[in-house]
Amino acid sequence: MANKISDETIEYVGILAKLELSGEEKEAAKADMGRMLDYIDKLGELDTDGVEPMSHVFAVQNVFREDVVTNGDMRADILKNAPGEKDGMFMAPRTFE
Amino acid sequence: MELWKMTALELSGRIRAKEVSVAEAAQAMLDRIEEKDGLYHCYVTVDKESVRKQAEEIQKRIDSGEFAGVLAGVPVAVKDNMCTEGVLTTCSSKILGNFVPVYSAEAVRNLERAGALVLGKTNMDEFAMGSTTETSAYGVTRNPWDTGRVPGGSSGGSAAAVAAGECFAALGSDTGGSIRQPAAFCGVVGMKPTYGTVSRYGLIAYGSSLDQIGPICKDVSDCAALLEAIASYDAKDSTSVRRQDTDFTSALKEDVRGMKIGVPRDYFGGGLDGEVKEAVQKAAGLLRERGAAVEEFDLSLVEYAIPAYYTIAAAEASSNLERFDGIKYGFRAENYTGLHDMYKKSRSEGFGAEVKRRIMLGSFVLSSGYYDAYYLKALKVKALIKKAFDEALSKYDIILGPVAPSTAPELGGSLADPIKMYLGDIYTVSVNLAGLPAISLPCGKDSGGMPIGLQLIGGCFKEKVLLQAAYTYEKARGEFGLPEGSGKDAGSIADREEAEEAGRYGEAI
Repeated sequence: MANKISDETIEYVGILAKLELSGEEKEAAKADMGRMLDYIDKLGELDTDGVEPMSHVFAVQNVFREDVVTNGDMRADILKNAPGEKDGMFMAPRTFE
Repeated sequence: MELWKMTALELSGRIRAKEVSVAEAAQAMLDRIEEKDGLYHCYVTVDKESVRKQAEEIQKRIDSGEFAGVLAGVPVAVKDNMCTEGVLTTCSSKILGNFVPVYSAEAVRNLERAGALVLGKTNMDEFAMGSTTETSAYGVTRNPWDTGRVPGGSSGGSAAAVAAGECFAALGSDTGGSIRQPAAFCGVVGMKPTYGTVSRYGLIAYGSSLDQIGPICKDVSDCAALLEAIASYDAKDSTSVRRQDTDFTSALKEDVRGMKIGVPRDYFGGGLDGEVKEAVQKAAGLLRERGAAVEEFDLSLVEYAIPAYYTIAAAEASSNLERFDGIKYGFRAENYTGLHDMYKKSRSEGFGAEVKRRIMLGSFVLSSGYYDAYYLKALKVKALIKKAFDEALSKYDIILGPVAPSTAPELGGSLADPIKMYLGDIYTVSVNLAGLPAISLPCGKDSGGMPIGLQLIGGCFKEKVLLQAAYTYEKARGEFGLPEGSGKDAGSIADREEAEEAGRYGEAI
């Protein structure tokens, strides 16, 4: 495998991805990602100098609308899906100690 | 004919003629689901009570003349990554195991406005990540042609439900082949429209620049009718395209004379199963027989589509799936210490292995230091692939090829080697990278009796050309039949093959 993923890299990617992997999962992820990157490295065979990266297939522009409310008050319905709710608000764990 | 075997349009004709009531059609589906879904497991959620209520309501509106269209009263299924107001929408993930949306996806609303009846939500690969419907947190779906095999994915539940007669038509979503490949594996017709044709509002996002909703049906005519109903400009989707030419059923004409069809040599090389190759080449021969100009050409860049696709799809997935944080909806871990630990534990316990794999890869290719080498590189390759297709489609009206390198694999054989599974998408992912429309329809069976899919790819906004060619092919091919169809259905394709062997269709390409 050409791409060796270090423990530090997996740790760092885990933080970015907000995923907590067990020791076993980390080892599997290292092997997995190494193999995927080996495969993706195939793209390096192509000369892409001067090619514009294409994020969208059509020449689209930003879409704006007037800042007008069109939907009704759905607060109660929306909060029904929340794992935690208090006084009409989402309840989250304490952020600052 | 038993009701469940009818196409959507046959059924709606009977409903309009008052030969069948909506309640009868709905009950026929509920009976069929009751009888078959224990084995096939096409559905995650069916709300019988709501189905009966809808049937009554829709019948009233048909009787009053309000619903007069061709989908009025037709029971349909919806892939479980499209929001349905008041109905559980899980994306086949544990993390959305209790999510009941407060609004419906625009495509679903469009179907409802056309008078269709939503039966329930179909199983899929978790967050549409997979090619077999085996990554669902709610169990695998089985292929109705052979229950030891997968239905394909990620819209496997929708395709299997159509093939099994557990709905008259279904919605799927296609990010890299997720409508076309399961349609091929289940012997039904699936269409991915041009990017921007169907609103993505209410579709739980996977790879937003690639995702597109489309129909899965028993035949091409149903596909045209469903697409006509769901296509709309929608201000709620900023990538929605304003188009006028969405009267897709007007393209159902039996005529390919003068149509130019290109067959990429690079789609028929190593890795393609011999029986699939033969069936697809026969289909090309049949279209030539009907007057199309069919020729081979070199598309190029085919082997770069999958690495580019998985880089882009994983990157977008890692960003899109950040919203699952255990706060606004869905699963929250029970034990945690503080906010960040809650995020991490909820996501780690809520997502399955394939989803985590793609989020990790996506986070990596977007991270500073690797962004240029991987993500930006993939976007440049995407531009090259798009250019190759644009060039081909300036010469040809249609590109014809296989949907997948093989027929449906056996259950349990695919997930161990992800790269091998990803390679199964080699003929489908480019279409998403280039934003093109494509249709998959059955063109034969392998020696094990499993359906083989034919893929037709068109230029942007050229769905009508695709539908016309597909319709012409379907007529020329003859009845394909359902897995539990009558002997007559099963016989007609055998007759056709016999005739072909006798040289009736000229030489294959």
